[in-house]
Amino acid sequence: MILRGANGIGKTSLLMALAGYLHIEAGLIGWEKTKQDDDEKTAYEDMHFISHQYAIKENLSLTENLKFWADMNGGSKDDVFMALEKAGLGHGADFEALMLSQGQKKRLSLARLLVSKKPIWLLDEPTSALDSEGDKWVASLIDNHLDDGGLVIAATHLDLPMKKNKRIKTIILGQDK
Amino acid sequence: MSMKPFNAILIRDIKLASRSFGDVLTLVLFFIMIGVIIPFAIGPNKMLLASIAPGIIWMAAFLSSLLAIDRFFRADFEDGSLLAMRHANISLSAIAFAKLIALWVITILPLIIATPILAMMLFMDFEILIRTILSLLAGTPALIAFGGIGAAITVSLKRGGLIAPVLILPISIPILIFGISSIKANAGIGVESAAMLFLIAISLLAMVFAPFAIALALRLDQE
Amino acid sequence: MKKSSSATEQTLKKMNWFDKLAHPGQFLKWSKYLVLPLTIITILLFTIGLWFAFFNSPEDYQMGDTVRIMYVHVPNAWLSQFTYMAMAVSAIGTLVWRHPIADVSMKVAAPLGAAFTAIALFTGSLWGRPTWGTFWEWDGRMTATLILLFMYLGLIALWKSFDDQLRAAKLIAVLTLVGAVNIPIIKFSVDWWNTLHQSSSISPSGIAMPPSIYIPLFVMMFAFTFLFITLHIVGMRTEILRRKADALERKSLNQNEKRG
Repeated sequence: MILRGANGIGKTSLLMALAGYLHIEAGLIGWEKTKQDDDEKTAYEDMHFISHQYAIKENLSLTENLKFWADMNGGSKDDVFMALEKAGLGHGADFEALMLSQGQKKRLSLARLLVSKKPIWLLDEPTSALDSEGDKWVASLIDNHLDDGGLVIAATHLDLPMKKNKRIKTIILGQDK
Repeated sequence: MSMKPFNAILIRDIKLASRSFGDVLTLVLFFIMIGVIIPFAIGPNKMLLASIAPGIIWMAAFLSSLLAIDRFFRADFEDGSLLAMRHANISLSAIAFAKLIALWVITILPLIIATPILAMMLFMDFEILIRTILSLLAGTPALIAFGGIGAAITVSLKRGGLIAPVLILPISIPILIFGISSIKANAGIGVESAAMLFLIAISLLAMVFAPFAIALALRLDQE
Repeated sequence: MKKSSSATEQTLKKMNWFDKLAHPGQFLKWSKYLVLPLTIITILLFTIGLWFAFFNSPEDYQMGDTVRIMYVHVPNAWLSQFTYMAMAVSAIGTLVWRHPIADVSMKVAAPLGAAFTAIALFTGSLWGRPTWGTFWEWDGRMTATLILLFMYLGLIALWKSFDDQLRAAKLIAVLTLVGAVNIPIIKFSVDWWNTLHQSSSISPSGIAMPPSIYIPLFVMMFAFTFLFITLHIVGMRTEILRRKADALERKSLNQNEKRG
């Protein structure tokens, strides 16, 4: 699902409300479960949120950064290695995150998605700070996730070069129905 | 629910602190300097200094820990880590608890290790030194727990670091009272052990309940 | 203008009595009628109380006329604690029930509580000097009251540090409740640490004072309590009006931006 709209219209706020961060004054947010096994889990535990902040610790190496998120979100050590490769950062695995450029930092923060075993992705402007190569990479990330059966809700003001098919729904905020 | 995420935070915070060791060193220096300044302010009277030494050490530990409070959540809040941790495999309260333990290791442990230096400069008895260290071990968890609450409430303020100590000071006074009382043998037999028990009780209760208050405040910070 | 008034009307129809109490606009409406009566009652009580205190009650055989300070000191001391309780209840209202004006109640109570505590300490000092020879003693009650004053002042400072008062409200509510839980601990520890303060003359088993003293005392208690209620409601009205004014300012700024 893609959220479009002008700046300031509330895309981030809607994402944050979906993530459970904001208290809702009016209206209802509901998540439907398709699998019946885990009764105790709430939808919030199956999410991961990528905001415009990178959540990177500059004094730690790239591997250490991702390993932390892997441990927090259920990923394994191998996932970390693969994720760095896929993000194009494999060659710098042991360097300090301090040395990354803005685009590389964005890639590292998006790489979190690859080490987190979370079916629901909430992405706030996932392509910011990335070049066109990066855009393609984000699109492929999303496509792969959808192929695996995951859900992606992304707020963006650019067109993402993804496979155009029926599974993409676009909601434009700020327009009357 | 595995221990992996819990340990991950604990280890990460300690790692981060060890990579910026200057911060730890500064705190220890501050702690020691208080012990150095006092004789200049009160006079180098051995008897006097020895009799108020436990109080000075507790005060120095207290003030030093107040300094460290601001860095508790600020980094994670400002770089977005806190937001990203909201959906982790452990609850926010557990995260808060892990961070409290990490903060104790990073902040208080170095101070306790540096206590003998202060003890020497203030002419403290060896037995009193041991008592002091024990009371610090028993009481500092509560200081950290209250400090964490203060930090969580002020983390969304840009200059919040200055106000957090003021907020925490009143509620930390009981810790100070029981802490000192558990060392000095001035009110009769049994008083110190009673004080020690109260101290331990407060620390345990604080460490149990503070994570929930902290998690609540952190959620409110991000609304 | 027409559109907005009809929107207000629609929401008014849906509100039941509880909402009418809680909604800020509604609160402003009905509280207006309370202010004058409350003020009159307060002034009346103070007049009666002070007359009793100064002219119609006996001197203490030990302390002389200075005992009359008690008529100001005791009510303020009691109110300093009562106000914190009111703040704590408001805090629960903000956090648990999300009551719309609970946070206003909490915010307004803080300076009032600080004032009562400060007056209690000040009058206590004045009373103590001629009576017991010192302005200050580190006894249990005085010390605990001093700590309470710092808690109030800290909360006031915190309110001022936030730009967003609504978010501040919830965070300060958490701190207020943490403080509330700690108050018994603080009292216990401070008492444990010291002695001295005169034991209370008012005990559950009976009043150890003759009517000529406890009647003025109770009148003054009521007087100060009504003072608190009056000031509290006036304060809440002021705060709500201030927030409305701010909202209108912000709105006009946005509109000007769009035009310009």
